[in-house]
Amino acid sequence: MPQANYVIEAKNLKKSYGKTSVLKGLNLRVERGTMLALLGPNGAGKTTTVKILSTLLGFDGGTVKVEGHDVKADADEVRRVIGLTGQSAAVDELLTGRENLIMMGRLYRLTKKNAKARAEELLKEFDLVKAAGRPVKTYSGGMRRRLDLAVSLIATPPIIFLDEPTTGLDPRSRLAMWNIINSLKERGTTILLTTQYLEEADQLADQIVVIDGGKVIAEGTAKELKSKVGKDRLEMTFKDERAVAAAQAALGKAVVDVNQKENTVTTVITDTNKDVKNILIKLADQKVAVQSLTVHKPTLDDVFLSLTGKQSSKKTEEK
Amino acid sequence: MAAPLEFSSKPRFLAALSDSLIMIRRSSTHIIRNTDQLLGTFFQPIMFLVLFAAVFGGAIGQALPEGISYLDYLMAGIIVQTVAFGSTTTAIAVCNDLQKGIMDRFRSLPMNNLAVLNGHVVSDVFRNGISTIVMLLAGLVIGFRSSASLQDWLTIAGILLLFTLAFSWVAAILGVLAKSVEGVQWLTFVIIFPLTFASSAFVPTEGMGKYLKAFAENQPITQVVEAVRALILGTPVGDYVWLSIAWCVGTLIIAIPLASWLFRKRSSR
Repeated sequence: MPQANYVIEAKNLKKSYGKTSVLKGLNLRVERGTMLALLGPNGAGKTTTVKILSTLLGFDGGTVKVEGHDVKADADEVRRVIGLTGQSAAVDELLTGRENLIMMGRLYRLTKKNAKARAEELLKEFDLVKAAGRPVKTYSGGMRRRLDLAVSLIATPPIIFLDEPTTGLDPRSRLAMWNIINSLKERGTTILLTTQYLEEADQLADQIVVIDGGKVIAEGTAKELKSKVGKDRLEMTFKDERAVAAAQAALGKAVVDVNQKENTVTTVITDTNKDVKNILIKLADQKVAVQSLTVHKPTLDDVFLSLTGKQSSKKTEEK
Repeated sequence: MAAPLEFSSKPRFLAALSDSLIMIRRSSTHIIRNTDQLLGTFFQPIMFLVLFAAVFGGAIGQALPEGISYLDYLMAGIIVQTVAFGSTTTAIAVCNDLQKGIMDRFRSLPMNNLAVLNGHVVSDVFRNGISTIVMLLAGLVIGFRSSASLQDWLTIAGILLLFTLAFSWVAAILGVLAKSVEGVQWLTFVIIFPLTFASSAFVPTEGMGKYLKAFAENQPITQVVEAVRALILGTPVGDYVWLSIAWCVGTLIIAIPLASWLFRKRSSR
């Protein structure tokens, strides 16, 4: 079988619910063994996209191929190579963790023996051995998500869809989830992740596609997206008002912001090494002492704001 | 590190059958794990049997033919009523699966999705079987006696099996159509309650008004109740056995494809 370079390919994808158009010609490509984050606010069309790519939902226009199979014509072929972890933990509440894993494994057409062996492996890997014999309804939110992800990995599919895998998790569970997702990536799994958390896309993904209103509005690596938005800033803190005034005088036009309360002066820099050195030399010439300095890289938050004109979800930004 | 994967390569039909068996096992495990429902399975039939026998026994017993106790008369009605109400669990289970993310998971697997319905319906048969046996044992304790032979009992079991399947498939349709679990409860109640009470399940139809009587004597529950009752009491079964089978099979012929079609349509929304 020819191994396509792009494992997931959606071209000009269109989908409406009645008169409401949700996807308006979305284009998406995920390269083998990479992780792509689909980033967007609520209602941008992220879940709809994942549902279409994972054969759960029909669409009105465009083409979608997963591992070379058309999702409409060869849905069963697609289902054999994908794993899906949705927003709500899709596991059976009354069955135990182990029973869930074995059941799903067998539905993936694994042999009984193999499904059992894989279940034990995954329970160990996802730190669920102790809870394996308990019904899922007794699990915490984090444990459920881990089990949910484990279930979608039971037949080690080469392609995984993760639809907002950390929404609603506490910081510790989120970090545990990130580690698991990263280890999946290291094993060469192709991953499409949706998130409304910029930090998550920044931390995990190779490529980021920003969507809003059913369209791609930007794409690239986190670095590329950030560089589109603006330059790095250097923020310097001084001892008192006099020092601030002296610094302003020394640096002249480079100053973009002055905070009198905090005694800080901010300048724009393009080359961190050269510009910071020059600024420090200028200040030293005027005998102005800097108490501390920080380089601010633009965050994906800035990217998002400048692209969509909307604030992103702030939940994860509070660390 | 990871064990190599071994996929079974069954032909399509056998794979679909295996999916159904897996889902039957899932739904049957629910019977044991769902403790609230388990109480219903065991105690509700006993409660109904004892209450009806005690409350109606005195008044209705006198209207029955000589030598037939109300408890013996009632048994068939209570069994059929329990099975009919028991089908609500299929409706709730189907509705629950559709509301929760688990249906998306099943649909993303290379499995036969109708196995989900098969699982719920067949586990309903198991649960109704348990309820019926519990009820018969409780009946024996409070004085129920039957002259039915083993063959009669096997016929009863066969009729009840068909009846359970028919009702559960209808319940599956209601489960797909309802928007919420509360909706399911109302929907099934509004259909099942009149059907069981406007029948010969608890009282002879002789005392009913003209139109009610016509309805009660010709609706399916009465046929099933009368067939089971005649077999229990050892009275002539007449056409009731055949009418019961015809009703149940006819219902199944319509309900199975309809439920499957609705389920596919609803779950791919």
